[in-house]
Amino acid sequence: MYSKKIVIRYTPDIVQQPIICQLVKQYDLVFNILKARIFPRREGVIVLELNGLKENFDNGINFLKKMGLQVEPLSKSVSQNIDKCVHCGACTAFCPTGALSFEKQTQKVLFDPEKCNGCEICVSACPVRAMEINLL
Amino acid sequence: MKKYKVKKTFHEINEKIKEGRAVVVTAEEMIDVVEKSGDVEAARKIDVVTTGTFSPMCSSGAFLNIGHTSPRIRASRVWLNDVPAYGGIAAVDCYIGATEVVEGDPLNSVYPGEFHYGGGHVIEDLVSGNVIKLRAEGYGTDCYPARKFEKNITINDLRNAILFNPRNAYQNYNCAVNLSDTTIYTYMGMLRPRMANANYSTSGQLSPLFNDPYYRTIGVGTRIFLGGAQGFVAWPGTQHNPNAYRGANGVPKEGAGTLAVVGNLKEMTPEWLAGASILGYGVSLYVGIGIPIPILNEEMARFTAVKDENIYTQVYDYSMDYPKGLSKPLAEVSYKDLRSGTIVIDGKKVITAPLSSYYKARQIANILKEWIEGGKFILGEPQQTLPSVEI
Ligand code: SF4
Ligand code: SF4
Repeated sequence: MYSKKIVIRYTPDIVQQPIICQLVKQYDLVFNILKARIFPRREGVIVLELNGLKENFDNGINFLKKMGLQVEPLSKSVSQNIDKCVHCGACTAFCPTGALSFEKQTQKVLFDPEKCNGCEICVSACPVRAMEINLL
Repeated sequence: MKKYKVKKTFHEINEKIKEGRAVVVTAEEMIDVVEKSGDVEAARKIDVVTTGTFSPMCSSGAFLNIGHTSPRIRASRVWLNDVPAYGGIAAVDCYIGATEVVEGDPLNSVYPGEFHYGGGHVIEDLVSGNVIKLRAEGYGTDCYPARKFEKNITINDLRNAILFNPRNAYQNYNCAVNLSDTTIYTYMGMLRPRMANANYSTSGQLSPLFNDPYYRTIGVGTRIFLGGAQGFVAWPGTQHNPNAYRGANGVPKEGAGTLAVVGNLKEMTPEWLAGASILGYGVSLYVGIGIPIPILNEEMARFTAVKDENIYTQVYDYSMDYPKGLSKPLAEVSYKDLRSGTIVIDGKKVITAPLSSYYKARQIANILKEWIEGGKFILGEPQQTLPSVEI
């Protein structure tokens, strides 16, 4: 079983067409919509998790591209909401990459996006939900 | 009666505060002062030492009076943003507790539960001035005929809002580890298997009750920093236990003293009261508390100069011993070691992480210092000190 999260962007001219459902019908893929948004000029973004055979997955993605949709793998990024963080440090013990660490002098907890691998452990470990996932 | 070389009274110190002459340092700064000039000289020089702590503190909540409605209601069941508040106090009084979870929350049925919203968050929303959906039900009486009431309110619409926390500012607290083979989720946070991490929760040398270990100057009526405003110590907190096991310096090596604190919620700010969601456990409230300690004599100078390396706590296994109620500590560690990022237990290096914010604790101690230096904060002399023990 193959599973991948993807971001699909589409333009106003194809927003009306039933495309996504074809993934199920023609390619035997199961999808889970993680996020969907239509912008004012009717272009939009959908974030999907697709599950199925690798072969079907590849064919399905090719189909979407042929239909004129822009498809990209979802690279999520995690960020620290500075207004919410109380600098407790609960996250520092869990971060596997050292992206979250104490600054010795001030005892503030600093986030280094360069080191972050997006594992999201901190997101649920943070009591005030200051670590946020940015999907798009 | 002990003979002291330096003797000052609350009244004398308050006179100095009013004249803008009081010398105030934080508990961190006091360590150096006493190291350099000794306790007697420090007691002569320093009038007040400020402390601070910012931690998730269960046993917190607020009394709210929603004001009479028309027609009147005897609000026996109350919800704020769908979080139940206790209504069995009076017609329009209720108590919103920090650990109450929003109605309909899946709790731990999807383990570990995320606990996005609860009483602690309602309190944060109130002090943020956010709109809150108030819902009340009554059974209808001749004097209070209404049975239902619903309105969007903010804290300004409440007649009174009083933060009253029955147990805050724990003098010391366990350090938690997990000896089992699976991750566990506790009120001390996420604990990874085979002692992969150790969580603790006090601000050590900055923490209020570590600086007055026998509660010589703290009691009913002590004025404090509470949630960004000026509040008071109302009573010894629930579970207050002066008989805890103490070191030679008088500092308890396990949970000991606690405080019940009270203040006007309307004056408080979200910077110092924040809702907490503790994975797999529930909701709580981060509370910021700071207590000024008057240096009445050289003994108080010595007490307030306590440092992390001389403050100890016990490490407990939260997978077996703690939930079973067995109190068999695995080790004793100092706050200096805990704050270094690693401790060693049975030859194994364990990563440590705090739940309380040292950064915010330090900010509180500094704010309190400014208030006192600026004559904006007068010490409250306790009407009665907390139950203590003889040295
Ligand atoms: S997402 Fe993972 S790597 Fe990134 S900061 Fe959080 S815990 Fe560290
Ligand atoms: S756990 Fe959350 S609040 Fe605490 S330091 Fe990390 S990001 Fe900040």
